[in-house]
Amino acid sequence: MAEIKEISSPEQAELERWERETLAPALKKTPEAKKRFESVSLDEVNRLYSPADLIENDTARDISFPGEFPYTRGIHPTGYRGKLWTMRQFAGFSTPEETNARFKYLLAQGQTGLSVAYDLPTLMGYDADSPLAEGEVGKCGVAVSSLADMEALFDGIPLEGVTVSQTINAPASVFLAMYLVVAEKQGADWKKISGTLQNDILKEYIAQKEWIYPIRPAMKLVTDTFEFCTQQVPRYNPVSVSGYHIREAGATATQELAFTLRDGIEYVDWGVKAGLPTDEFVPRISFFFNAHNDFFEEIAKYRAARRIWSRAMRDRFGSSNERTLKMRFHTQTAGVSLTVQQPLNNIVRVAIQALAGVLGGTQSLHTDSYDEALALPTDRAALIALRTQQIIAEETGVANTIDPLGGSYFIEALTDKMESAALDYFEKIDAMGGMVEAIEKGFPQREIQDSAYRYQKAVERGEQTIVGVNKYQMDGESTEITTLVIDESVREHQIERLQKTRDRRDGGAVANALNRLRTAAQQNENTMPATIEAVRAYASLGEICSALRDIYGVYEEPAF
Amino acid sequence: MTETKIRVLVAKPGLDGHDRGAKVIARALRDAGMEVIYTGLRQTPEMIAAAALQEDVDAVGVSILSGAHNTLCPRIVQLLRDQGMNDCLVLVGGIVPQEDIPKLKELGVAGIFLPGTSTEDIVTFLRANVKPRE
Repeated sequence: MAEIKEISSPEQAELERWERETLAPALKKTPEAKKRFESVSLDEVNRLYSPADLIENDTARDISFPGEFPYTRGIHPTGYRGKLWTMRQFAGFSTPEETNARFKYLLAQGQTGLSVAYDLPTLMGYDADSPLAEGEVGKCGVAVSSLADMEALFDGIPLEGVTVSQTINAPASVFLAMYLVVAEKQGADWKKISGTLQNDILKEYIAQKEWIYPIRPAMKLVTDTFEFCTQQVPRYNPVSVSGYHIREAGATATQELAFTLRDGIEYVDWGVKAGLPTDEFVPRISFFFNAHNDFFEEIAKYRAARRIWSRAMRDRFGSSNERTLKMRFHTQTAGVSLTVQQPLNNIVRVAIQALAGVLGGTQSLHTDSYDEALALPTDRAALIALRTQQIIAEETGVANTIDPLGGSYFIEALTDKMESAALDYFEKIDAMGGMVEAIEKGFPQREIQDSAYRYQKAVERGEQTIVGVNKYQMDGESTEITTLVIDESVREHQIERLQKTRDRRDGGAVANALNRLRTAAQQNENTMPATIEAVRAYASLGEICSALRDIYGVYEEPAF
Repeated sequence: MTETKIRVLVAKPGLDGHDRGAKVIARALRDAGMEVIYTGLRQTPEMIAAAALQEDVDAVGVSILSGAHNTLCPRIVQLLRDQGMNDCLVLVGGIVPQEDIPKLKELGVAGIFLPGTSTEDIVTFLRANVKPRE
């Protein structure tokens, strides 16, 4: 190998000297275990990162300081020294009463925010008594079919005093309305309440696939919530642009980063086109990322995300408002990485993933429970998950200093590489006309499917190790834990309340409100006021979504 | 020696949209030389049985992660039997608690594949259990 390399810098020359003098003899003696070392995204990881990898990186321009553009090192000048991340465990199962009890339990254990998981019929806009809901009520989350359920869900929880995140997308505007009406009944001031609506419909078409309406009217509903919140609920985050589900569906870390941020840009585009001033609504856009197994890759992803967002807001939208430029995000550990086999091992996986989120500077965090590959978590499993965060926060010392890995050759090189790979995806998507068009063409969907398949094959070839699954297997371990079982009687309970609600309400008021909603949708007005009116009249979720379906139609996924 | 390809319907019943597994399996079976038809999301047991009949498949692979397996699987098996598809295998992949497995098998589910299963195992199972056509 006597090829002559161009020596471009003293750093490169020094690296090559090391390779020649120290590395080469060592490799001769002890060869490395593998030819290629890969991240969990199957990207190659180099043997060593050194100053030679950061020649293109300009510290002042690219790394900077915490609280300063481009926010690579975090959005807060004091990191976690001023305020720790919010410990926000996602919870929801069975009836609103049972979930309400879990919420109160978690708050009593020191949790600092709430996050609601809804069941599948609710996510799809069906009431508990819909034939399509059979077998699914209360299974993957809590069942909510009307304001009456929502009142039970937040009974005794003052919405002015706690921030609530709601994981709901296709019918998100209805849930914003229900939340606001419950708050109003509690006497809370809309101007003071805060919380987050996931409301990220783009990633539904890309990955999670809980959609109702076609893409464009669905985007209109999202834009309606932006406009409404900007005017009436200024502290509320009307969207949480989510990479989480994109990653769970099989995307690589880079794809998660690229598609999520490009989704974010798409929402800003739609808001701007609807006439909203950028610096009034963009500061309330928040993000949601996955924390997967590959520790450094994840940390670099979060750092790259902040940098990409601030640069995109500056360069694409001309913003210089610091609140617009700063990306805030929530993180959840990777459900897909949890194994049924030897489930207690999941506690360790979650701890390491959560640590990556913290070292990446997350604003809030959900840690998965060890039993979640099998079922929704038991109280005990959910408690260990919360304790994991508390141990990271208060025992390990990682929150004492800001961005402790900043300046690491590896982390900075990986941050640069992920930013540049994400920008390559942006270019492709921009060339298609934007994210809505890219989704209509099936582009992100196909990219993710390909990655999922490649990863599965790598696992089956043993190139990616999953402890307890393709290495260090044992028999019979999965039965060792007790899991939560959701009773089939939940549906009966929910149907009964829905029936009572229908009997008690003013049918004429419901019909009028639903008609007004249809008109608003048809005439392209903001649908939020009519949705709130329908919710106040106790129109059910299914009825409201059905009224909108009358106007918008339904989405049918093409075969990609 | 007949060289007919094994025909499999990969189906995703219920409201759940998590189709990563279904799509990976569909592709793996295709790569193994089988004919695969994927139903798409949110198919009712009736739609799945009708597709199985129309496509004349040897096996139906059902992907369920939502906990609705006890409601959906027995119905799919019954509908297939009702339309005379007695040899059509029903396979379930996804999250199925251990205690539900014997009951599902008793009701006629041929194979249950839990998270962590290799796609190779499913290919092997199908090759071993699909009845050769007359």
